[in-house]
Amino acid sequence: MTDTLKYASCDVVIIGAGPTGLSAATALKRAGIEHVMVLDREPEAGGIPRQCGHPPFGIREYKRLMTGPSYAKMLVDTALKADVNIELKSTVTELKPEGVLTVASPEGLTELTAKRVLFATGVRETPRSARMVSGDRGLGICNTGTLQSMFHLKKMIPFRRPVVVGTEIVSFSALSNCKKAGICPVAMLEEDTRPTLRWPLHYATHLFGVPLLLNTCVVNILGNERVEAVQVADENGSLREIACDGVLFTGKFTPESSLARMSHLTFDPVTGSPVVDQFGRCSDLSYYAAGNVMQPRFGSDTSAAVPLYYTADNLPQPVKVAGQCWQEGKLAAGHIVKDLSGALPAASA
Amino acid sequence: MTIEQQRGRNTRDDKRTSGLLIASGDVAIIGGGVVGCAVARRMALEGASVILIEKAADILDGASKGNSAILHTGFDAPVGTLEWQCVQKGYEEFHAIHKSLNLPLLKSGALVAAWTEEEESRFNGILNKGKDNGVKDLRLLSRAEVISLEPNLGQTVRAAISVPREYVIDPWSTPLAYLQQALKNGGKALFNAEVTGGEFDGSDWLLNTAQGQVRARYVINCAGLYGDILDRDVLGGSEFTIKPRKGQFVVFDKAAAKLVKSIILPVPTERTKGIVLFPTIFGNFVVGPTAEDQEGRDDASVDKENLQVLRMQAIEKIPDLATIPVTATYAGIRPATEEKGYRIIEDKTRNWITLGGIRSTGLTSALGLAQHVHHLLAKQGAHFETITEPAVPCIPNLAEHLPRDWQKPGYGEIVCHCEMVTEREINAALEGQAPAGSLSGLKRRTRATMGRCQGFYCSARLAELTKGKFAEPLDVGEVND
Ligand SMILES: Cc1cc2nc3c(=O)[nH]c(=O)nc-3n(C[C@H](O)[C@H](O)[C@H](O)COP(=O)(O)OP(=O)(O)OC[C@H]3O[C@@H](n4cnc5c(N)ncnc54)[C@H](O)[C@@H]3O)c2cc1C
Ligand SMILES: Cc1cc2nc3c(=O)[nH]c(=O)nc-3n(C[C@H](O)[C@H](O)[C@H](O)COP(=O)(O)OP(=O)(O)OC[C@H]3O[C@@H](n4cnc5c(N)ncnc54)[C@H](O)[C@@H]3O)c2cc1C
Repeated sequence: MTDTLKYASCDVVIIGAGPTGLSAATALKRAGIEHVMVLDREPEAGGIPRQCGHPPFGIREYKRLMTGPSYAKMLVDTALKADVNIELKSTVTELKPEGVLTVASPEGLTELTAKRVLFATGVRETPRSARMVSGDRGLGICNTGTLQSMFHLKKMIPFRRPVVVGTEIVSFSALSNCKKAGICPVAMLEEDTRPTLRWPLHYATHLFGVPLLLNTCVVNILGNERVEAVQVADENGSLREIACDGVLFTGKFTPESSLARMSHLTFDPVTGSPVVDQFGRCSDLSYYAAGNVMQPRFGSDTSAAVPLYYTADNLPQPVKVAGQCWQEGKLAAGHIVKDLSGALPAASA
Repeated sequence: MTIEQQRGRNTRDDKRTSGLLIASGDVAIIGGGVVGCAVARRMALEGASVILIEKAADILDGASKGNSAILHTGFDAPVGTLEWQCVQKGYEEFHAIHKSLNLPLLKSGALVAAWTEEEESRFNGILNKGKDNGVKDLRLLSRAEVISLEPNLGQTVRAAISVPREYVIDPWSTPLAYLQQALKNGGKALFNAEVTGGEFDGSDWLLNTAQGQVRARYVINCAGLYGDILDRDVLGGSEFTIKPRKGQFVVFDKAAAKLVKSIILPVPTERTKGIVLFPTIFGNFVVGPTAEDQEGRDDASVDKENLQVLRMQAIEKIPDLATIPVTATYAGIRPATEEKGYRIIEDKTRNWITLGGIRSTGLTSALGLAQHVHHLLAKQGAHFETITEPAVPCIPNLAEHLPRDWQKPGYGEIVCHCEMVTEREINAALEGQAPAGSLSGLKRRTRATMGRCQGFYCSARLAELTKGKFAEPLDVGEVND
C-alpha cells in the first residue's frame, strides 16, 4: 500500500464525482465538515453530464440553461471553490465494513478509512448482451453513453446509419447527438404501442426525420465484422430487414452498483441498488447511497428473486435527471452532517 | 521478415504478390487456432523452422474463439482412442509448462451431477470409464456430500461424481502463449494469409496464400472448421466433411462466482457432453454450451430463445442465479465431422498431415496433438536439432484470482473499469511479437469491454488508443463536435 498521504484519513469519502457526489461534497464542506474527498475513476470529474453535449442542465442548481459539459465544469469549479478534495483516476475496488475502502490508482493500491462513505456511482444503460438480442456480434452495436463519449470526448463516431432502439428520455438525447454528429438514424424502434417518453419524442422523430416504428422489435442483428442490417418484427410477427451500419440501444438504465453487489452491504437484486433507510443509509451505517445509483422499486413486486428477472427490465420509469441527483446529493449531505454530530438515530426501522 | 510487415491489411495486391515467395521453412502450419499454435510451438522447440499461416488478422478466429475453457482429465473420453491419448498428454504437458509461461490454472474440480434417477443410473458406467481411462480419483458423492460441498446447488440434486482434477484455464492466453513461444524460438507467423492452394514438387510444398507463396518441407493442416476444404483445395480431396456444431453460452455477472466453485457437468448423453455450469478464470460464471448443427462455419450468432432456455436451466440448477444479471452471451462452433473421433490423416507421400475434426476437447488436447505430430514427422524421417534452452515468453495474467496489472503502480489509467484493464496492458497487447490484429484479438488479450457494461464506459477511450491499428476500427470516422 502506497501513498497514504494523498488519501489521508477522511471524515467523508464520496465515491463518484458526478452531480450527486459533487453536490454532496460541496454541501458537506459548506456545513463545516473538514476532510471531504471525492474519488472518481475517470481522468476527469463531472460524471455523465461531461458527455451530454446538449441542454437542459443547471436550471435548478445555477438558474441557467446549460449544456452537460459546461454544467459539469460548473459543478467541479463550485466543489473546488468549497475546498473539496477531488481525486481522479482513483477507482474504489472494494467496500469493507465500517467505511474502509480499497482504492486503486496509478500510484498503487491504498486502503483508506472514512467516518462516512457516500456511494454515488450513477447508472448506465443495458448493453445488447444483457438484453439477449439475437444475432451476430459485429462492430457498431452500442449504447447512447458510448455514442456520447465517443462523439463529445473523442470526436469519433461509431456508425453513420444506425437503427435506434428505445424511446426513453435518453433516446431523445441519442437523436440529438446523431443530428449533431452528422449521423442519420434509419429508424427508431419501440416494442410498445406508444413511446416510453410520450413527449417530445414524436415531435423529435419528425424534427430529425427519423421514422418511428412502434410495435416493432429487433429480432436479429446481421453482420459479422460490422453491422449490415437488422431484422425486425412487428406486432403480427412479420419480419423485415432494415439495412443499417449500427444498432444504438438506448435506455433500460441499470445502476452501476457492482461494488455494492459484491460487498457486505444488503443489496436489492430487483432494483440493483443497495438497500437504504429513510436517511439513505445502507445496512452498514457508515455507508450512504444517493443519486442515480439508487433506483426505486415499483408496483407490488416485492419478491427478491422474480424468476424471469433482468435487473434492467425492472426500471420502467425514466432515470432521474441531473438536477434531481444534485438535489439528492445535497439531501444526503444533510443527513451525513446530522449523523456525524450524533443527531441521527443509530438504526432505524 | 517480421510479423509487423506480414500483417499487411489489404489483399488488394493479391494477384501481384501471390507469386512472390514470402517465407520458407521446415514446417508450415495452416491455421492459428489452439491446435495450430500448439503444433507451431512443439515443432519450433524441436528445432524446426516453423511458419504459422492464418487467414484472419489474428489467431483464434475459428473454433478456438469460444469454448468452455475446461482443462479435461479425459475421464469420460472414448477409451483407448487417440483423442483420449492426446487429452491425457495435453493435460500433463499443460501442468508441466503453465507456470513458466505464466498461464493461470483454476483448480476448481468438477462434479458430474445427477438430477434424475435415470442420470444417476449411469454413474456406474462413468466410474468404470474413468477407471479404464486412468483417472483414478473419481469419487461418488451422496446428496448430502454434494450439498455440503456446494450448498447453493438446487436441492433436487441427487448425487454426483467428483472429478477433482478437472480444471479451468484461460482459453485465449493459452494458445497465445504457445504461439509466442514458437515465435521466440525462431518461428514466423503470417496473418491475412489464407491458403488457397499449393503444389508438392516431390520434396517441398509451395503454398499459395493471400500474401504470397510459402515454401515448406512439411505441412500441417490445422484449419479447424475449414480443414476439409483446405484438404480439398490443396490435396484434391478430403476424407471427412466438417459438420459445424454451434454452442451458445450465457455469462453471468461476477457476483455469481461465489455461489458455486466447482464445474458442474451433466451426465453426458450420446449426442453431447450436455450443458455445463462453470466458473471462468476471469471470475465470471457461465452456462452452456448448446449443441446445434448448422451449415455456417462462421455463424457464431446467438439467439434469444436458446439463451433464455440456457439461463432458465442454469437457474434450475443454481436457484440464486435468478438474481444475478447477465453480463455477456457468446457462441463457439465445434469442427465436428460425420464421425465422433479426431480425423488425423497422414499423406506420407506428400509430407502432409491433417489434424481434422478436433471437435470438443481441443483446448486440452492441443499440446498432446502437437507431440503426436512431432512423432509422425519423425517417423516420416524428419530430423531437427531440438533446442536445448528454449526461450520462454511470459504471458500477462488475466485471471481474477492472481495479481493483475492494475494492482501494480504506474499503469497509466484504468481504461476498462469492469474488467480493470489498464492503459499499460492495452499498449502492451498492441506491441511485441504477436500484437493484437483486430479488436476481438485485443479483447482476448486484455478483456477490455468484456465486462458488465460491454464497453459503455470505455469504448471511446479504447477507440482512441487503438486508432489506426486495426483494419476494422471501433469508429467509422472523425467528426467535429
Ligand atoms: C447515457 C446517459 C445519458 C444521460 N443523459 C442525461 C441528460 O441528458 N440529462 C440529464 O439530466 N440526465 C441524463 N442522464 C442521467 C444521469 O445519470 C444524471 O444526469 C446524473 O449524471 C447522475 O448523477 P450521479 O452523480 O448519480 O451519477 P454519474 O453522473 O453517473 O456519476 C457517477 C460517477 O461515479 C464514478 N464511479 C463509478 N464507479 C466508481 C468507482 N468504483 N470508483 C470511483 N469512481 C466511480 C464514475 O466515473 C462517474 O463519474 C443520463 C444518463 C446516462 C447513462
Ligand atoms: C462450444 C465449445 C466448447 C468447447 N469447450 C472445450 C473445453 O471446455 N475444453 C477443451 O479442451 N476444448 C473445448 N472445445 C474444443 C476446442 O475449442 C476446439 O477443439 C479447438 O478450438 C479446435 O481448434 P482448431 O485449432 O482445430 O480449430 P480452429 O480454432 O477453428 O482454428 C483453425 C484456424 O485456421 C484458420 N484457417 C482456416 N482455413 C484457413 C486457410 N485456408 N488458410 C489459413 N488459415 C485458415 C482459421 O481462421 C482458424 O483460425 C470447445 C469447443 C466449442 C465450440
